[in-house]
Amino acid sequence: MTTSDAFISIRSVSKFFGGFRAIDDVSLDIGQGEFFSLLGASGCGKTTLLRMLAGFESTSSGEIFIDGQPMSEVPPHRRPVNMVFQSYAIFPHLNVQDNIAYGLRKQKLPVARRLEMVEEMLDLIKLSGYGSRKANELSGGQRQRIALARALILRPKVLLLDEPLGALDKQLREQMQLELRALQRQVGITFVFVTHDQEEALTLSDRIAVMSGGRVLQVDTPAGLYEMPKTREVASFIGNMNFFRGTVRRNGSAMAAVETEGLGTIPIPVEQITKPDGAPVQVALRPEKFALSATRPDGTLAVEGRLRTAAYLGERSHFYVSIEGKAEPVAVSTPNISRGLDRADSQSGQALWLSWSPDAIVILDTD
Amino acid sequence: MSAGTYIRRPNRALQVYAVIFLIVLYVPVLFIPLFSFNDAVHVRFPLKGFTLQWYTELWSRQALWNSLWNSVRVGLVVSVLSTVLGVMAARSITRYRMRGKGPLVGFIMMPLVIPGIIFGVALLVLLSRMGVPLSLYTVGLGHLIICMPFAVATLLPRFEGFDPAMEEASADLGENGWWTFWRVTFPMVMPGIVASLLLTFTISFDEFIMAFFLTGTDPTLPMYIWGQLRFPKEFPSVLAMASLILFISFVLVFIAQWVGRMGLDTEDLGVPDT
Repeated sequence: MTTSDAFISIRSVSKFFGGFRAIDDVSLDIGQGEFFSLLGASGCGKTTLLRMLAGFESTSSGEIFIDGQPMSEVPPHRRPVNMVFQSYAIFPHLNVQDNIAYGLRKQKLPVARRLEMVEEMLDLIKLSGYGSRKANELSGGQRQRIALARALILRPKVLLLDEPLGALDKQLREQMQLELRALQRQVGITFVFVTHDQEEALTLSDRIAVMSGGRVLQVDTPAGLYEMPKTREVASFIGNMNFFRGTVRRNGSAMAAVETEGLGTIPIPVEQITKPDGAPVQVALRPEKFALSATRPDGTLAVEGRLRTAAYLGERSHFYVSIEGKAEPVAVSTPNISRGLDRADSQSGQALWLSWSPDAIVILDTD
Repeated sequence: MSAGTYIRRPNRALQVYAVIFLIVLYVPVLFIPLFSFNDAVHVRFPLKGFTLQWYTELWSRQALWNSLWNSVRVGLVVSVLSTVLGVMAARSITRYRMRGKGPLVGFIMMPLVIPGIIFGVALLVLLSRMGVPLSLYTVGLGHLIICMPFAVATLLPRFEGFDPAMEEASADLGENGWWTFWRVTFPMVMPGIVASLLLTFTISFDEFIMAFFLTGTDPTLPMYIWGQLRFPKEFPSVLAMASLILFISFVLVFIAQWVGRMGLDTEDLGVPDT
């Protein structure tokens, strides 16, 4: 993504609430038609950033461009963006139809055309026939869809979504995730989506910005963030991660190595390591990248350990294995391809071999 | 099990108490309409006979109708002003983070606990010092002070239950502040506004103490009634008038309560479900 084709461009934006720095020099580019997520724990500034895009918060410094236009002097009601609020903010004194048509007043359309547009929207959100319902007769999922329709009917250039699925129960949320993604493809509008749910962000997004303490830690595709996190913070925020202390060893050949605490010496192609010989690094490995076996497997990197605890989770099992040279046990997650009960029933203290492939390894800077 | 707990069990003693309470509260008041239909000048038992004479006599009293019209005018102006000010106060109390919000609310509510006679005397002294002649305007000013806390107290719950995202949603959908107020804020707090108008009108209409100190040459209705008490012959028609006022006040307060509560329990004010 280069700046020139960025549809939304956030340039060195900061926001102070009194002395508190809610947004700390954030720069982001979001492309047209992209499903872009702002992911972070509560208080990381993701909602503030979204509200700045909507115009409900001013920028303390920096500038936001949408479709090339600077936004700092543009009030919320003139911005080419629409928002789906966390509480949905469905107007309780209006019925579904009037809620959806709310923003059409200025377009001065004939009544028939307006009704037609509302019907199209109701069709899109699969709520045809609900036009005359009152807001208090709707379920959470229905409100969410109406909030979506009310925003989309205005054909915004950007749709902002503030944790729109947070209030829904798990099953409905998963269903809405799929629908939201399909809808975004269908209408082709740029979505900026705020969430604290990493799974949701991974499922929905084209790209994700991980935020913490008002800063953007990393912007990447879901797979990029998960497989190649750039910092320990990102690595541990998204999914689980095992960390091992290590030291870089170079001997001038094509293969360098990282000497790790617990996993032994791991050969790494030279081009993957930027650090000089002797530099301390963190080696990170996801729990599911390990394989477990009772005997030493041939031809891969492996280390022996002892099982501490095991947990059966249905589709997969989690194991915590102590290895020599590392204080905390290593988390291992294996899919239960065959019926995995026997392994989950494994005796604590049992000897096991952990093996992994060297390309599953992530090398991070030390903190 | 639950039906047997003391919380749900009907309490006979409490029911008897409630009935006695209502009797003590309302029976004295009911004597007024009762004697207003009595065919005698003096208010005493036994009742002499049924008559509408005192009500018909009311029609011919121009001074009474003038005072009624004065009260209605003052009441209308005061109810509208106090409700408008109440809306502004309730909105700023609930919406903005202000320094000294607590003391400010206390200050607005103060006339509830300060005796009207003190406010009346104070205003009278102040106004006469400033050389302001007493008139219906000064009465209105006094009533405004008394009505403000009632307006604010009626409107606050409406604004407290108001999700700020509602107004933001309206702005986001392209409406400016003015249209947002008319299309979202006003309809949502409408029941509170109606309740406040009715309540403050009733309070102003019935008010005596402030009017006593601040009335000029045009008396309000309570002032006129008080003036008539010196003439025993006039008393039955005062009773007739009082009965009418009682009835109208009762209806107005009842409507205010009903409208004010309308939807507060059932209607969703936009607060997200938890």
